[in-house]
Amino acid sequence: MLRLERRPEASQLMSYASPLIAIVLMLIGGLLLFTALGKDPIEGFKVFFLYPISDSYGVSELFLKATPLMLCAIGLAVGFRANVWNIGAEGQLIVGGVAASAVALFFYESEGAHVLILMVVAGAIGGMLWAMIPAFLKTRFNTNEILVSLMLVYVAQLLVSWLVHGPMMDPDGFNFPQSRLFEDSALLPILVEGTRLNLAFSFAVGALLVGYIFMYRSFAGFQMQVAGYAPNAARYAGFSAKRMIWIGLLSGGGMAGLAGMSEVAGPMGQITEHVSNNYGFAAIIVAFVARLNPVGIFFASLLMALLYLGGEQAQQYLALPSSISNVFQGMLLMFLLGSDVFINYRVRWKEAVA
Amino acid sequence: METSILSSILFATIVAGTPLIIVALGQLVAEKSGVLNLGAEGMMAMGAVAGFAVTLHSGNPWLGVLAGMLAGAAMSFIFAVVVLTLMGNQVASGLALSILGVGLSAFIGKPYESDILPTVGAIRIPLLADLPVIGDALFNQQALVYFSWALFAGLVWFLYRSRPGLVLRAVGESPSSAHSIGYPVIRIRYMATIFGGAMAGIGGSFLSVFYTPLWVEGMVSGRGWIAIALVVFATWRPFRVVVGAYLFGGVMVAQLFVQGSDWDISIPSQLLSALPYLATIIVLVIISRDRNTVRLNAPVSLGQPYRPEA
Repeated sequence: MLRLERRPEASQLMSYASPLIAIVLMLIGGLLLFTALGKDPIEGFKVFFLYPISDSYGVSELFLKATPLMLCAIGLAVGFRANVWNIGAEGQLIVGGVAASAVALFFYESEGAHVLILMVVAGAIGGMLWAMIPAFLKTRFNTNEILVSLMLVYVAQLLVSWLVHGPMMDPDGFNFPQSRLFEDSALLPILVEGTRLNLAFSFAVGALLVGYIFMYRSFAGFQMQVAGYAPNAARYAGFSAKRMIWIGLLSGGGMAGLAGMSEVAGPMGQITEHVSNNYGFAAIIVAFVARLNPVGIFFASLLMALLYLGGEQAQQYLALPSSISNVFQGMLLMFLLGSDVFINYRVRWKEAVA
Repeated sequence: METSILSSILFATIVAGTPLIIVALGQLVAEKSGVLNLGAEGMMAMGAVAGFAVTLHSGNPWLGVLAGMLAGAAMSFIFAVVVLTLMGNQVASGLALSILGVGLSAFIGKPYESDILPTVGAIRIPLLADLPVIGDALFNQQALVYFSWALFAGLVWFLYRSRPGLVLRAVGESPSSAHSIGYPVIRIRYMATIFGGAMAGIGGSFLSVFYTPLWVEGMVSGRGWIAIALVVFATWRPFRVVVGAYLFGGVMVAQLFVQGSDWDISIPSQLLSALPYLATIIVLVIISRDRNTVRLNAPVSLGQPYRPEA
C-alpha cells in the first residue's frame, strides 16, 4: 500500500513545485466543474482563462485587478511569516477606502495635488487604525487576533453601509446609497492612455520592493522569520513578540487601507457599499500560494486577478454566477495546502505488514 | 413590561441561539479531539444552501436538514483529509474551507435567491407549553430547538460519562500517549471532525429552512465564526456553550426589537446590527484577559498536527 515517509530534509524543489501542482489540480477541477454544469469544458476554459487577456485592454484590466491584491497580500505576508494571523484585511481595506473618501469629499471642488496625497495618507492610516484594534487586544489581553480581525470585517461593512446611507450620501443622488463622484483632483492618474490602469499599480510594485527589503534585508524581518519557524528560539533570543504582532498587523492594515484608497480613487471614483470585492480574503490565498514571497505575490496576484476576470466572463458568456471565481480560489488554496505535504514527505510503496 | 413582549423576546432569543448551540457543540467535539476547524462559516453556508435546495425540491424540511448535515459533513471530510492525512496547516486549511464554502454556496444558491419556503410549524409540548411567560418560549418551539437540548445532554454524557468520550479527550490532550496505548488517533480525529461538520451543516440548514426561511448569499453572516468564538468563551465546556449561545441570541434579538419598536431613538440600524460582532470581541477580551484561563482549558494538542510514527 501507499505510505507517506518523512523526507530526511524538506524538499526545496517541492516547495516551489507544490503551488504549480495546485494550479494544475485547480484547472482539472475547473474542467470537471464545467462538465458537471453541462458546459463544454474546453469552451469554458477558453472563456475563463483566455478571453479576459486576449487583448491589451484585457491585460491592463488584469494588472488593475491585481493591484489591490498585491497591496493586501504583501502586507499580510509580513505578519504571516511570524504567525500573526490577520485575516481581517477585508475590513481594513474598507476602512481605508472610507478614510480616503472622507478626504476626497471634504476637499470636494478643490484643486491641487494635496488632495490625492492626503487621501493616500488617510487610506493607509484608516487601515492601520482598524488593524490596531486586534493588535492592541492581542498584546494587551492576549485576545485571538484571527477572531477579532474577522469580526471587525463585519463591523466595517456595516460602517460603510451606514455612511453611504447617511453622512456620505450624494445629496443629489436620488437617495442611492453612494457618494458623489470624486473630482479629478481626487482620482489617481492613469498610467496607460486608453485603459483604467492607474498609479496605484506603481504603489503596489513599490510595496513589493519595500516588502522584499524588509523581509530579507532587515533585522526586524529576520526576527519575524525566526519567530515563524521556531517560536521558542525567537523567545530565547529575546525577540519581542509584541513588537512583531504590531508590525505584522500594522503592515497588513496599512497596505489594505492603501488598497481601499486605490479602489475608491481608481476604478470606482466614489464610495459605495461594495468597496471591496472580497480582495481582502483573496489576498490571503495570494499570500499562501506565493509562499509569502514578494516575487511570488506579484505572479499569484495576477493569477488571482485572472480568476476574477474569468468569473465575470463566465457570467457574461456562459450564464454562470460570477461567484464561480470564489470556487476556483477556494479550490486553489485547498489543493495547495494538500500538496504541501510533499515538501516534508514522500510517497513510498510498502508491503502491508501482517 | 408586558409579559407578552417578554415572552416573545425570550422565544426569539432561543430561536436565534439554537443554530449557535448546534454548531458550537459540534466544534467543541472536534476541538476536544485536538482539531481546530476554522471552516465553520463555510460549512454552515453549504448546509444552508443544501438544506434550502432539497427542501424546496422535495417539500420535506427534514430531508433538507439531512442534506444540510451531509453537506457539512462532506466539507469537513475535505478538511480532514488535508489536515489529518496530508498534515496541512489547520489554521490555513480552515480559512480555505470557509472561503471555499462561502463561494461554492453562493454559486450553487444563485438560482434559488427568489424562492421562499413555507413556514414549518412549531411542535407544542402539552401542559408545559401552558406555563406563563416561559411556556411558549420553551415548549412551543421548532423541533431543532429540542434537538439542540438533546444534543447538549447527549454530549455531556458522552464526553464526561462514557469511555469513548474519555478516549476522545485523551486524544486531544496527548495524542502520542493515546496512540501508544493503542487508540487510532487519526481515525478518532476524523470522526470528531466530521461530526463537527455535520452539526455545522444542520445549524446552517436551520437558518435557511426554519429561521428565515429563504436563501441569500452570505446569509450565515459570521455565525460560524461567532460559534468558534463561543467555544473559546465557554472554555470548552458544553454548558457554557449553551449559556453563551443564548446570550448571543439575546444580543441579536435585542437589536431587532429596538429597530422594530416605535421608540424614538437616533441610533443608526447598522450600528445596532454590529452589536453581535462587537459583543463577540468583548467576551473574547474578557475570557482571554487572564492568560491561564484559556491555556488551562484548551485541549493541549489543539491545532497541532499529529503523525503516528509506525
